[in-house]
Amino acid sequence: MDQFMQQVINGLSLGSIYALIALGYTMVYGIINLINFAHCDIYMIGAYVGYFCLTVFKLDFVTTVLVAMAACTVLGVTIEKVAYKPLRNSSRITALITAIGVSLFLEYGMMFLVGPNVRTYPEITGLLAEKFNIGSVIVSTQQVIIVGISLLLMVLLQFIVKKTRIGKGMRAVTLDADAARLMGINVDSTISFTFVLGSAFAGIAGVLVGVYYNSINPLMGYLPGLKAFIAAVFGGIGSIPGAMIGGYTIGMVEVMVSGYANSMYKDAVVFAILILILIVRPTGLLGRNVREKV
Amino acid sequence: MKRALIVLLAVVALGLVLTGCQQGGTDTVKIGVNMELSGAVATYGQSTVDGIELAIDEVNAAGGIDGKQVELVKYDNKSDAAEATTLATKLMTEDDVACVLGPATSGAFKAEIPVANDNKVPVISGSATADDVTVDASGVKEYAFRICFNDSYQGTAMANFAYKNLKVKKVVIILDNASDYSKGLAKSFNDTFTEVGGTIAAEEAFVAGETDFNAVITKIKDKDFDAIFIPGYYQEAGLIIKQARAQGIDVPIMGADGFDSPTLVELSGAAAANDIYFSNHYSSLDEESVVVDFIKAFKEKHDKDPDAFNALGYDLAKFACDGIARAGGEGGEALKDALAGTEEFKGVTGTFSVDENHNPVKAVVVIEMQDGKQVSSVRAGL
Repeated sequence: MDQFMQQVINGLSLGSIYALIALGYTMVYGIINLINFAHCDIYMIGAYVGYFCLTVFKLDFVTTVLVAMAACTVLGVTIEKVAYKPLRNSSRITALITAIGVSLFLEYGMMFLVGPNVRTYPEITGLLAEKFNIGSVIVSTQQVIIVGISLLLMVLLQFIVKKTRIGKGMRAVTLDADAARLMGINVDSTISFTFVLGSAFAGIAGVLVGVYYNSINPLMGYLPGLKAFIAAVFGGIGSIPGAMIGGYTIGMVEVMVSGYANSMYKDAVVFAILILILIVRPTGLLGRNVREKV
Repeated sequence: MKRALIVLLAVVALGLVLTGCQQGGTDTVKIGVNMELSGAVATYGQSTVDGIELAIDEVNAAGGIDGKQVELVKYDNKSDAAEATTLATKLMTEDDVACVLGPATSGAFKAEIPVANDNKVPVISGSATADDVTVDASGVKEYAFRICFNDSYQGTAMANFAYKNLKVKKVVIILDNASDYSKGLAKSFNDTFTEVGGTIAAEEAFVAGETDFNAVITKIKDKDFDAIFIPGYYQEAGLIIKQARAQGIDVPIMGADGFDSPTLVELSGAAAANDIYFSNHYSSLDEESVVVDFIKAFKEKHDKDPDAFNALGYDLAKFACDGIARAGGEGGEALKDALAGTEEFKGVTGTFSVDENHNPVKAVVVIEMQDGKQVSSVRAGL
């Protein structure tokens, strides 16, 4: 039982990271039907910005998170303006290939700038390094913070989308961009705002992962990005609660497969889930069923 | 007319080749260096070359080989096996070198060996540790040598060290499922450890690039074991150590030469890096005079502590020069026989002889770490 509870804690912290990244995928997909492959590299850049804030500029943890968010936001919006906006009216495959191009550009551009080697975050001391026991289950402050921040951000996001004016605009653009424009909604700035939110979340995730695992490299976004993408598809791409559920499910499945079956099959099981979902319920758990008009 | 032209060209070409040869064998001995100076594994090649250059400087300062100065002909194979083959051909046919040092990695070195056998020029690697580098099912590769132990030897030595020195009986292995290096080490460790009387309590796997090992660690936590063996590289090993210690696992953790990087301790944190034992080619704690002199000379030239690749590069060049001296300054077949007959070569990475499979017979160095610092080293054999 103790072991099971410990695995649940492991799964929750891993799932939170997937969920945070999955949110970015799902929001952008919801609004412009584009799978933004560069998203996982914005997360990587967030981790590097955090690294330089902590080591070179010696900032404290909260400021570091804010700087990383700001840097990622600027980057995300720039990518949207430079790479995706000119392609808004071209075919979806063109935009998709561009997204892959941007992703490779960021990965190898970063490798050129900072080198391919693993870098380590400075050792965290004080409250952030604490561990405490609940029974024989060990929980670290960092795990609590990761899960806490993720949940908080998701609630905040849900609030923005459902209760605010700009959120209403986002939902309108998601439903029908042309009709939204006719109703006087500024579609371009709504799309930019979506990128702002997604990139800021990726920036936070990057710093959290840097602090939690203590290891960053230019290709660190690739595997979590893939898993987060599966999480988004699992929950129903375009749906924000879906991305959360998907993230936690994938994290939990991974941990439970390594914990109770065979760690060698962990990734195989995750990708098998993707295939199953695509066959059985292509819109995902909470996805909208869009009827094509003939 | 056309035929006459071809004959003329052939004569000119032959003339060029012959003059090329004459220039080669005069007052210097040429040694080729075919290394990974850029690309994915550039750090290995560059570190090896730093060691090689230090050794050659020393040889030349001491009067060279039989009065002849040694000249290095250095090329960058860009961490690419095909490029390494092309450069080997160039070194052997155009530059007329006595032997070629490198490449540093097993894959590129293996690609070079057929060229060496065709041209009858010995090739020596300082760090190609795959088991089948110098010998395979069809027999020993005549012109290929190396001066490092192979992967399965390391696994065997660590298994013996675990059982005899650490006196542990039950070991958990956590291996990288996507790497031949890791799987080879795990297998030889497993075979030897069970043979001498220990048991493998569990075998778990990860894939290079992962960062979260908590699930596996939680899983093994309740098992009955008294050491962990991680055949893998420092990027993942550092994180496994950190996460295992965070979950309260305090048994000794063992590894192999993949642990040899300061980044290991940065990843795990100094407080977690306790009771770490890993095998390596060389230890800076060694008190042999040859090691002490090497460390001093290296620090003077490069202003940093030498790592295992620096030490292997240094030995590599000294080993080649030793062979050339015993072959009477000749390369080719004479040098091959001299290298194959090496007895008790005294290097920084240990004193060794060359066996019938062109592998060195030498002990591994097992380094112990406490609080993130290397505190002791012992030589462990079979």
